[in-house]
Amino acid sequence: MDNLNLSKFCIRLGDHCLIMAHRQSELCSNGPFLEEDIAQINLGLDLLGQAEALLIYAAKLEGGSRSADDIAFRRPEREFQNFMLTEQPNTDFAFVIVRQYIMSLYLLKTYQVLAEVDDETLSGIALKALKELTYHERHFGMWLKRLGDGTEESHERTQTAINELWMFVGELYEEDEVDLVAQKASFAPTGAEMKAFLMEHISAKFTEATLSTPDSIYMTTGSKKGIHTEYLGYLLTEMQYLQRAYPDAKW
Amino acid sequence: MSEVKDTQGQLWEVFIQTKKGLPFKHFGSVHAYDKEMAIQNARDLYTRRAEGRGMWVVPADAIVAVDSADDESFFDPSDDKVYRHPTFYELPDGLKNM
Repeated sequence: MDNLNLSKFCIRLGDHCLIMAHRQSELCSNGPFLEEDIAQINLGLDLLGQAEALLIYAAKLEGGSRSADDIAFRRPEREFQNFMLTEQPNTDFAFVIVRQYIMSLYLLKTYQVLAEVDDETLSGIALKALKELTYHERHFGMWLKRLGDGTEESHERTQTAINELWMFVGELYEEDEVDLVAQKASFAPTGAEMKAFLMEHISAKFTEATLSTPDSIYMTTGSKKGIHTEYLGYLLTEMQYLQRAYPDAKW
Repeated sequence: MSEVKDTQGQLWEVFIQTKKGLPFKHFGSVHAYDKEMAIQNARDLYTRRAEGRGMWVVPADAIVAVDSADDESFFDPSDDKVYRHPTFYELPDGLKNM
């Protein structure tokens, strides 16, 4: 892949991780109990680490005109390309679990492919991230089963979260020009492969958790063009506050 | 005073083996509702900084401990019997973890 497309590819993946890491950071001190509170933040920190590695690499590929911090903290909303699913708020614990479970599967498949590429930086990032994502899938999957097959209330709330979030899943297997270039270079699975992987795992886990996917087939789209739900703006306002208020601030 | 209901699940004690072959040592405790959650919570609390290669979690109520009131009868009789320790052997220089 040429540097321009590869940097775009890395920024996209980095954006998913960065925005989810921020959502996870919002759970700090708000977990259902101490151990789970710490677990949720740890998983957020894993994602932040992946975001940092990817954005540093993207900045390098761009030629050094801006740093990873510039990419993270000085871009406006319309330049972010994270999936809309990643920016959805922590409405309740079930929303967190459903969002993170589905995205864990997406990242698992993405990193499985990237671990094999002929690019030492990216395959290195992917190999390290794969170990983390294997645990993410396990942890969020455990909660999905526990909530879905738990009490009447936990089941209902989890099904509600699935129903509300389902329309954002279609973006995970969409394809645009950057994706096609990446697929051609074997840096990414095709949309069809990604969809098959996601649906196979989601369907098996949901069945186990006595949950179901909604009948509605409407899927929203737009994040690859920088179009987002209303929630990203608020998230960025908080995440970028320091750099906006005190540019170039240092410890 | 009315008792506050504990909603954090039962208490589990966490034991970690820092290297393969070494004994497991007590590291701390976690709350969890069952085995699966206990081992995951223990992982998230205790093994993120390369502390170990092996880990056990044990329900705290499965551990039988000596009541501190029994300290004298359990532990004190050995105070004056130093010969019960094999401290009079010379150990080879290369021996570790003894």
